[in-house]
Amino acid sequence: MKKYLVLLLAALTAVILAACGGSDSEEKAETSSEATSAIDAIKERGTLRVAVFSDKPPFGYVDANGENQGYDVVLAKRLAKDLLGDESKVEYVLTEAQARVDLLKSDKVDVVLANFTVTPERQEQVDFANPYMKVDIGIVSPNSASIESVEQLKGKKLIVTKGTTAEAFFMKNHPDIELVKYDQNTEAFEALKDGRGDAMAQDNALLFGWANENPDFSVALSTLGELDYIAPAVKKGNTELLEWLNTELEALGQEQFFHKAYDETLKPAFGENISADDVVVEGKVEE
Amino acid sequence: MLNSGISVLFEGVNMQRLLLGLLVTLRVALIAVVISIVMGILIGIIRTSKNKLVQIPFRLYLELFRIIPILVWLFVIYYVIPANFDLNLSAEVVALIVFSLWGTAEMSDIVRGSIISLPKHQAESSKALGLSVAQMYRYVLIPQATKRSIPPMINLITRMIKTTALLTMIGVVEVIKVGQQIIEVNNLDHPTISFWIYGFVFLLYFVICFPLSRFSRRLERKWAT
Repeated sequence: MKKYLVLLLAALTAVILAACGGSDSEEKAETSSEATSAIDAIKERGTLRVAVFSDKPPFGYVDANGENQGYDVVLAKRLAKDLLGDESKVEYVLTEAQARVDLLKSDKVDVVLANFTVTPERQEQVDFANPYMKVDIGIVSPNSASIESVEQLKGKKLIVTKGTTAEAFFMKNHPDIELVKYDQNTEAFEALKDGRGDAMAQDNALLFGWANENPDFSVALSTLGELDYIAPAVKKGNTELLEWLNTELEALGQEQFFHKAYDETLKPAFGENISADDVVVEGKVEE
Repeated sequence: MLNSGISVLFEGVNMQRLLLGLLVTLRVALIAVVISIVMGILIGIIRTSKNKLVQIPFRLYLELFRIIPILVWLFVIYYVIPANFDLNLSAEVVALIVFSLWGTAEMSDIVRGSIISLPKHQAESSKALGLSVAQMYRYVLIPQATKRSIPPMINLITRMIKTTALLTMIGVVEVIKVGQQIIEVNNLDHPTISFWIYGFVFLLYFVICFPLSRFSRRLERKWAT
């Protein structure tokens, strides 16, 4: 019995491997024909398929009426308007953080606009257009014992969320600072409120919003110099759409579109203490 | 303060959204359950065969679905297959395929187990009485096996209903995902919102799964006599 099973498993693996190998050439042929007509295909379909978050306000969320809203969604609507002539011609594909790369690879969406941070690992799998937002690690602390520089953290407890860039940054660059780690942002913020740590490090955009709701705290250190960009992403090799996006983003930058989008969506969440220039990028990286 | 969250349930179309999410959950689960029961009984009977050539492929199929997590199957069929072959299925169709295959595999094992567990003399006496194989299954084995398979079958069905929560990972917006969307939007204004929304989702699952387990207990009691 066992012997048969092993044999069958081996046969099955061989079949699967052969199938995967065989399909490679097919796939390449398919992408190249796609690349020549990516925009035509979208126009023919009549809708732009965009991956957005459905539970990450204020970037991408669904409001009480079931409508998609947020900073990413404002951009999605504008792209549809400029490409297809109508801002309602967007098909929203609601996504999770882990699924963003796969959605592009499997051709389920045309563009990902889901707070997608540009990283070297991701650049190997998808193509990023020009950025429209920037994030840095910030540190939020109580107003009564405000932390304004990393040196002040020596001998203190810093709260971080597991798996974030903030955790990685401090483990790598400041191993001497004691970290208190939590699985979720909500828990981490609760811990800070309870005084289980002296400060908390996280993406600054997120901290701005939180500090705005919690007046006893402020982001006294808003950038640690680890700037990351957030950009639209398309399927690897889809140069036609990528180039169109870059031209479009630069044109939008000319009319200060992203500052307007910031005022509309992010400002109410981040509050008055933060300037739009800390967060938005107008369609290309300033030199 | 504690009450502030509950009002969100009735804001805008939140309630409809949750119920629509539940509908998606139920649609996937129930269609898959029906397919699983029909296919599972057929395959379960076939699997009682002593022929190795029949046993091994089905055994392999069952083990593949037992060993590999459902989430992986969903990912493979939703993301990996379209990337390598020219076959693009909608998320709900993928969900139905995976859940039906999984349910059928598990159901076939339940059915096979309950037939095999019947005393050997049941089959032997049927043959001695001159019943054909079909008659033996129809009048002797299946009725007794059904009785034995009800508890694990109901267990499997409720498990399938609950496992639909995984579908958010391939972009199906079912009841839990809708709940999370509502929570994240209202978290700051209503700190107790997650308690209310998850409480409501719990209630919805309970309303569906509890009658099922009551129903199975009643069947068992009825058939016990």
